[in-house]
Amino acid sequence: MNILVCITHVPDTTSRIAFTNDNTVFDKNGVQFIIGPYDDYALARAVELKEQNGGEITVLNVGEADADPTIRKALAIGADKAIRINAFPSDSFFVANQIAAVAKEGNYDLILMGRESIDFNGGMVHGMVGEMLGLPSFSPVMKLDVNDGAAHITREIEGGKEELDVNLPFVAGCQEPIAEWKIPNMRGIMSARTKPLEIREVADDAQHVALKNYELPPAKGEVKMIDADNVQELVNLLKNEAKVI
Amino acid sequence: MSILVLIETEEGKIKKSSQEAISFAAAMGETTAVALGEVSDEELAKAGANGAKRVLHAADSRLNAGLIQPYAEVLTEAAKQTGAKVVVSAKSSLADAVVGRVSVKLGAALVSNVVGLPDETNGFVVKRSIYTGKAFAHVKMTTEVKILTVKKNAIEMKTDGALAVVEKLEIELDDALFEAKITASEKAEGDILLPEADLVVSGGRGLKGPENWSIIEDLAKTLGAATGCSKPVSDMEWRPHHEHVGQTGVKVSPSLYIAVGISGAIQHLAGVNSSKYIVVINKDEDAPFFKAADYGIVGDAFDVLPKLTAALKNV
Ligand SMILES: Cc1cc2nc3c(=O)[nH]c(=O)nc-3n(C[C@H](O)[C@H](O)[C@H](O)COP(=O)(O)OP(=O)(O)OC[C@H]3O[C@@H](n4cnc5c(N)ncnc54)[C@H](O)[C@@H]3O)c2cc1C
Ligand SMILES: Nc1ncnc2c1ncn2[C@@H]1O[C@H](COP(=O)(O)O)[C@@H](O)[C@H]1O
Repeated sequence: MNILVCITHVPDTTSRIAFTNDNTVFDKNGVQFIIGPYDDYALARAVELKEQNGGEITVLNVGEADADPTIRKALAIGADKAIRINAFPSDSFFVANQIAAVAKEGNYDLILMGRESIDFNGGMVHGMVGEMLGLPSFSPVMKLDVNDGAAHITREIEGGKEELDVNLPFVAGCQEPIAEWKIPNMRGIMSARTKPLEIREVADDAQHVALKNYELPPAKGEVKMIDADNVQELVNLLKNEAKVI
Repeated sequence: MSILVLIETEEGKIKKSSQEAISFAAAMGETTAVALGEVSDEELAKAGANGAKRVLHAADSRLNAGLIQPYAEVLTEAAKQTGAKVVVSAKSSLADAVVGRVSVKLGAALVSNVVGLPDETNGFVVKRSIYTGKAFAHVKMTTEVKILTVKKNAIEMKTDGALAVVEKLEIELDDALFEAKITASEKAEGDILLPEADLVVSGGRGLKGPENWSIIEDLAKTLGAATGCSKPVSDMEWRPHHEHVGQTGVKVSPSLYIAVGISGAIQHLAGVNSSKYIVVINKDEDAPFFKAADYGIVGDAFDVLPKLTAALKNV
């Protein structure tokens, strides 16, 4: 099996979000970057599929040089090689175009992504890439098994889930419980240093959107504490002050 | 300006999130809605109340299941036939998967998680939620046709419009689009869908086990609320995965979110931070969730919840 896994390099889920330069630049100061959690699920499942079926895993990131340690981590978890398209990933259409260009050359059986990135939470790139390649796309995929060129997947629908039989190749946006996140071991970390990471230039620089500026939400007011023996007060507040019941 | 909006239905009814999306579209211009699969004309005509003038209906029964490729094909064709300048949909797991494909077919810019009407004074600029509700971005869309997916509560729902005219959408759908075969499905019937819910009661590890969930369910039922949970709760399979709220789960934006026995880890907060009001019930007064709450009770869930449910029954 030849699997392409697309990963984002995003602020850790606990990061404080702040901006500089008149709210036009994300403030990376003190921010720890990680593989997007959904992408991490996709990668973990790819590693398991490789263990079962053999084959090769390529990880792909559209990003700048600061993403390299994140990409190395994916190699340590079990990818065989990596490609980084050297560009700032500002627009999902632009990103999808770069991914599609790589996918066209690679002859992949599966293209795995996260259901959404956690920075811009678009949830759009898998559908775009599927359409660009003329392949089916599925998301959110919570189970994925492969047997003889066909796959059986479970996707989440609102209020439930649905199982489907699908043919390879396709694009999937993954989420839990497709696999357990994998932590790189020492051998993985050592071997990641020498696995190939190829840097490519942008294939097509068309953009559909332009970022103007960021904004932070207003700060939350003080919490009103209510005595556990006086739940009626909470009911009154919800009714008369918040007016939500 | 001609606007096209996607209608999603649930048990034969237009989803509330779609009604909001129609209201959003109608605030921008002359709105046509598009509906897929078998659903009654009477129900579709109600899209008029939310501001749609017309509903195009692709009634092909193969569209009853929300399959991504055929949905994308229908939406694209409807956009072309109506000459839509903007295509609008509520943000949902199905719409997310579909509109990316449509944007490529139409060469249209796509922005998701839009939280308010576009500013058209200088180009076409929309405000969207980013970093899982922790910030917003203002982005300019530069293509002729634009696609927006709208977050819940982005606009006041319109309900006073006249009935819409329902017409057939003529479209040939190739069998190849239906290649993926659904072999099983599992769906909670009659429940209030979590992403749609206006009131949510959520439980965490503090509830100790799935057998204790009746106190959450009783409160939810009394309020007419949907139920949610924290990630460990769905990881341990105390509750189904589609109830898990947070960074890696469902993002909710109800008017009221009641969190019971949930510590308030930042990854959980990421899924609830656009709620209008948050109530936290936790036995630990230092639980981080209190910092994000509007109202808090320090107490044992097993003691407080039955009392609260009883008090609410008298409202
Ligand atoms: C990348 C990543 C993504 C994640 N995504 C998510 C996500 O999407 N959603 C999510 O929820 N978590 C997520 N997590 C996990 C998150 O960090 C927390 O571990 C989790 O939210 C804790 O769940 P909890 O509050 O139910 O349990 P705990 O942290 O164990 O808290 C239980 C709480 O219950 C209280 N309690 C105990 N007994 C009682 C009682 N009798 N009455 C009242 N209160 C009581 C305790 O005081 C405590 O505050 C993620 C973690 C990572 C690393
Ligand atoms: N810059 C990027 N580089 C590689 N893959 C990406 C990038 N952006 C998004 N993706 C992939 O597309 C998925 C969905 O992203 P999004 O549509 O931005 O929410 C992510 O989970 C990744 O798998």
